[in-house]
Amino acid sequence: MSVKLALLALLETEPMYGYQLRTEFEARTGSTWPLNVGQVYTTLTRLERDGLVEPAPGAEGAEADGQSQQRYRLTDRGREEVAAWFTTPVARTQPARDELAIKIALAVTVPGVDVGALLQRQRTASMTALQDYTRLKRRAGDTDGDLAWSLVLDSLVFAAEAEIRWLDHCETRVRRAARERGERGDSAAATTPQPATQPVEQPTEQEAGR
Amino acid sequence: MSAVLRLSGVTRTHGTGAAEVHALQGVSFAAHAGELVAVMGPSGSGKSSLLTIAGGLDSPTEGSVEVEGVDLTALGATGRARMRRTSIGYVFQGFNLVPALTAAENVALPRELDGESARAARSAALAALDEVGIAHLADRFPDDMSGGQQQRVAIARAVVGSRRLILADEPTGALDSETGEEVLRLLRARCDAGAAGVLVTHEARHAAWADRVVFLRDGVVVDESGSAPVERLLDERPAR
Ligand SMILES: Nc1ncnc2c1ncn2[C@@H]1O[C@H](COP(=O)(O)OP(=O)(O)O)[C@@H](O)[C@H]1O
Ligand SMILES: [Mg+2]
Repeated sequence: MSVKLALLALLETEPMYGYQLRTEFEARTGSTWPLNVGQVYTTLTRLERDGLVEPAPGAEGAEADGQSQQRYRLTDRGREEVAAWFTTPVARTQPARDELAIKIALAVTVPGVDVGALLQRQRTASMTALQDYTRLKRRAGDTDGDLAWSLVLDSLVFAAEAEIRWLDHCETRVRRAARERGERGDSAAATTPQPATQPVEQPTEQEAGR
Repeated sequence: MSAVLRLSGVTRTHGTGAAEVHALQGVSFAAHAGELVAVMGPSGSGKSSLLTIAGGLDSPTEGSVEVEGVDLTALGATGRARMRRTSIGYVFQGFNLVPALTAAENVALPRELDGESARAARSAALAALDEVGIAHLADRFPDDMSGGQQQRVAIARAVVGSRRLILADEPTGALDSETGEEVLRLLRARCDAGAAGVLVTHEARHAAWADRVVFLRDGVVVDESGSAPVERLLDERPAR
């Protein structure tokens, strides 16, 4: 996530201090992506160096925990940068490295992994997260700030839902693969007809060897 | 917390011999007062079987079903029908309203069948319709209402009086997502007010409204999520 662009966008409203930027960011995103103050100051220093922000006159020099506080405002170039950000789509370059997808891909190929149990455990965890987001959503109100936060929550809800759907899909595919191996008379056949306690058959070494 | 619904070792078998189908196999399951439990699973996993047995519409081949401490399997058909009218509310995907009756009459019906006076039944019905936000549609017929409104009538009929067990089988299935969410809000509110609810759904987004989610596969409960105390409520939202 671009901290740089988020800070610039916040400064579009009014000049702000570093700690204020952090508070405003979290108010909008519900501390879903916690931002530490150090990160904010480092970024501001870089933005100033690049000519995108500048110290705002007046009101500086307030002392808080021994540090001098500086209010920042956008330069014209900074304002152009914000406008460009809001008028272009986020680039869909490489998909972000998805640990879960990689894990499942390895689980179905590495011998001896209980894929059924893995999928089930993951689904339970994803469902618990989805329940948490839903609970938060139920409590979100209707003010403007809540709209921002509620949309962030929606994004998390949709992502968790998609993950659960994908896990269901994996389970169906893995089961079908196990059944087909069984019909071909592979050794996996012996354990196939009891999906009850073990809803998904473990892929076997044969699978790994393909 | 007392269990309003308790299934113990419930098995339901259809047919015999080669044609034998186990819709449920040794399912144990409870829903407590104030709790909404979702049941998820693919088509054919036994969700509807579980719900019809919990609601006394069908009987298990083995095992017991208790609603508010009464063992449904020990009751005759008449006793079960009575339990259905007084203690168990059922919401179907297709609403199942009587087309020739108004909204209020549909909701009042189970109370009248139970011997309540027409006037008392109507006033209970109006209170239930008010609870689901459609008191003003009391004298409309189902055909003159939208799907979402009909489902609200169905929910009012399920919660009318003081029934403490609400069973809903894919209640949002025929509705658009906004209206579906409204239905969930109503079920949730009823449970928050002290009823026990069981919601069958295949949509994770809807199941997430529940306190617990039970996963069914081939008639067996394979997993359960969210059994942690509800108090784990997030206060991640920063103060502003
Ligand atoms: N009356 C019946 N006769 C025979 N099989 C049935 C009957 N009712 C349900 N089944 C079977 O029991 C299984 C579970 O069905 P059901 O409870 O309707 O699943 P779900 O609601 O999850 O789709 C399915 O295999 C279904 O075919
Ligand atoms: Mg069903």
